[in-house]
Amino acid sequence: MAFDYDKYIRPGKLPHIWCPGCGHGIIMKGLIRAMDTLNLKKEETAIVSGIGCASRLPGYIDCCTLHTAHGRAAAFATGVKMARPEMNVILVGGDGDGTAIGGNHFIHACRRNINMTYIIMNNNIYGMTGGQFSPCTPTGAKASTTPYGNPDPAFDVAKLAIGAGATFVARGTAYHANQIDKLITEAIQHKGFSVVEILDDCPTTYGRRNKFKSVIEMMNRLKDVAVPVKAAEKMSAEQLEGKILTGVLHKVERPEYTEEYAKVIERAGGKK
Amino acid sequence: MSEEKKLPRIEIIEKYCKGCHICVEFCPKKVLEMKGFVASVKDLDACIKCMQCELRCPDFAIKVHAE
Repeated sequence: MAFDYDKYIRPGKLPHIWCPGCGHGIIMKGLIRAMDTLNLKKEETAIVSGIGCASRLPGYIDCCTLHTAHGRAAAFATGVKMARPEMNVILVGGDGDGTAIGGNHFIHACRRNINMTYIIMNNNIYGMTGGQFSPCTPTGAKASTTPYGNPDPAFDVAKLAIGAGATFVARGTAYHANQIDKLITEAIQHKGFSVVEILDDCPTTYGRRNKFKSVIEMMNRLKDVAVPVKAAEKMSAEQLEGKILTGVLHKVERPEYTEEYAKVIERAGGKK
Repeated sequence: MSEEKKLPRIEIIEKYCKGCHICVEFCPKKVLEMKGFVASVKDLDACIKCMQCELRCPDFAIKVHAE
């Protein structure tokens, strides 16, 4: 039977603003399926975003939503979670919003291990503002501000999150659509700061400048570069050259921030 | 299979479709085609109800109603 996405979408909000072939819609569907699997109540779920194409997502989903300043999703979400620790807090945003303007908030949310889930839609570019290069634009790729090729090396968002102390890190792609909801479900269930990086396509501002002839070509690239972590264990370093690992990359247990902070309040003699 | 195959109903919301071709390309049985700028059903008999089109459509434009 067809999945009923409509019950999670604000009436009259579709069609969304994303360009034809943009993977953000596929990821939003994955998030909705994950919310349905976990039976998250609308009034107990907050979706927080910054600015950018991906950050338009909360506007479409019918639950508590917060559309904040550029890169500040993690800061606002931390406030929501500290005030209402029983809420399920989900952050969404793009690679520029999360790792450049919001890079500081991102690493410190990872370090604190506050119980939230951050979905980073990595399309390698600033799409909304006109295709400027982001920290996730691959070396050599063209953007509106790097017409002769990008000299910078790109961030590996998953490794950055692991290094900063996130306790659950997973990676998927917009091509592997049926994996997205499973990764997000596991991330939401995890107690602590969980990061799900989803590799995405931006046909309008990235694809056209980088010789991708169509959306399908961009989707097939995601299919070709992705290697599941289990399959990668049996592959040699040469075979893994240029590939990107997908699946659950990191999962550890560590004290959670709101619980630790409640102990501080108790020690200080405040109410529990 | 002696019983007649039950065909699904593929609902395409034309107002939402942006013509990205994803459903047409990733359908394993080539059930869909582009009609102008929107997707449409070409060969419903070939549909195996794999739901790939519904899963992959970024625009919430396809619903496969099957039992």
